[in-house]
Amino acid sequence: MEQTSSGGPVIEFRDVSYNLPNGHPLFSRLNLQVAVGETLVLLGRSGSGKTTALKLINHLATPTSGEVLVNGVPTRNSDIIRLRRGIGYVIQETGLFPHYTVEKNIGLVPRLEGWDAERIHQRVLELLQLVELEPAVGSRYPHQLSGGQRQRVGVARALAADPPILLMDEPFGALDALTRAQLQHEFLSLQQRLHKTVVFVTHDLREALRLGSRIALLEAGRLVLVLTPQEFLCSADPLAAAYVQAFADSRTAAHGGAP
Amino acid sequence: MNLFHFLSQNQDQVFELTLEHLWLVGISTLFAVLIGVPMGILSARRPIWNKPVLGTANLIQTIPSLALFGFLLPIPWLGERADRIAILALTLYALLPVIRNTFTGIRSVDPAVVEAARGMGMTESQLLFHVELPLALSVIFSGVRIAVVVSVGLATIAAAIGAGGLGEFIFRGLAMVNNQLILAGAIPAALLALAADFTLGWLERRLRPR
Ligand SMILES: Nc1ncnc2c1ncn2[C@@H]1O[C@H](COP(=O)(O)OP(=O)(O)OP(=O)(O)O)[C@@H](O)[C@H]1O
Ligand SMILES: [Mg+2]
Repeated sequence: MEQTSSGGPVIEFRDVSYNLPNGHPLFSRLNLQVAVGETLVLLGRSGSGKTTALKLINHLATPTSGEVLVNGVPTRNSDIIRLRRGIGYVIQETGLFPHYTVEKNIGLVPRLEGWDAERIHQRVLELLQLVELEPAVGSRYPHQLSGGQRQRVGVARALAADPPILLMDEPFGALDALTRAQLQHEFLSLQQRLHKTVVFVTHDLREALRLGSRIALLEAGRLVLVLTPQEFLCSADPLAAAYVQAFADSRTAAHGGAP
Repeated sequence: MNLFHFLSQNQDQVFELTLEHLWLVGISTLFAVLIGVPMGILSARRPIWNKPVLGTANLIQTIPSLALFGFLLPIPWLGERADRIAILALTLYALLPVIRNTFTGIRSVDPAVVEAARGMGMTESQLLFHVELPLALSVIFSGVRIAVVVSVGLATIAAAIGAGGLGEFIFRGLAMVNNQLILAGAIPAALLALAADFTLGWLERRLRPR
């Protein structure tokens, strides 16, 4: 998938409204732009609509009204299969194929794209190294991995065909703090080399501050604000302030400084 | 004359009737799979088809087998040969477990996996053939196993309309009030059902995804 040469946003929500299958409106007239090479973090509570926002981008969900544009083209009018193959998707529950080995899981999109076997094999080895997994892991099945290893495989799978866009839905969700910090570090160093356009979902402010070039705060389907991490930390918005306060509290508590 | 004696003396005929029996069961199961799997897929994919398809298959199961054989008898081409009727009837009975298990198997694939497949840009047919069917295979297969085991029993009744199979002995034995003869049909049929259950059960476990 080519980038738009115009320098316009890679992803754009234009007055997007979305009703849930039961008819309840989740988003109404949502506007949001994601620039090339940035990591936009969607921050929000459980049920605020983060996953749904990602699904609107790769057309797993269709806007009730308004448009989502990817590289300037409304997803409504684009070839959905082509669109999706150009967007790496790391889903919240990892969604690895249980009947495929790790190698086959990672090589899926290249296989669909008709790469030859040797090239796929090389690519898989490269990706395993990238996410710091032993090459031997390639022949295992997902149920033979730890949760953290599975999440790494999920990330590798999304990167396989080198898509310019990545959608990551709490990719480090189920991990202990140390592994999580390590993966965040790996993500940052990857991103320095790969310059993907990333939409990253989390409910963890620390993660958002660390990884995001901008943070979009969602609350019950409403886009409250979009700010850089620095701006977020000193925002006067009550909800943003509440997040920062909760974050600060957890740090003071950890330092034994609670009153 | 005891049963064992009878069986060994009529070896050839026992063998022939067993083969006939297997043929009736085998060919009808094949048809049931060819029809039932697509219908199961259809009802899993298009919820509006779910009720009518499963409802019809259920309804067929409630028709007593002898009555079904009787209903089919006057149908032109079909009625000419008893084995055609028997095969159709057995196929109809085998449909329910095949359809139901295909439906259940596909519906029980982890939604996260289906979503990942779609999200990565699989077409609907790639999703079906590379993800849903492989993951549903052991459940579908257990439906086939149930169909086969039930068919082995039902096929004995096919002899009532002259379609052959191990039921021949049973009906002859009933007519002649000869228990030995009845058992000569019933015991091989039961063994057949057990053997089918065992082999297909073994295959099913091998197909089970991890
Ligand atoms: N298929 C669906 N049918 C009905 N409601 C749905 C469906 N999918 C999501 N919802 C509802 O939409 C809202 C947003 O869901 P979404 O999955 O986008 O939240 P989220 O921000 O990703 O939450 P989490 O952090 O728990 O993953 C929730 O209230 C959820 O219950
Ligand atoms: Mg979510």
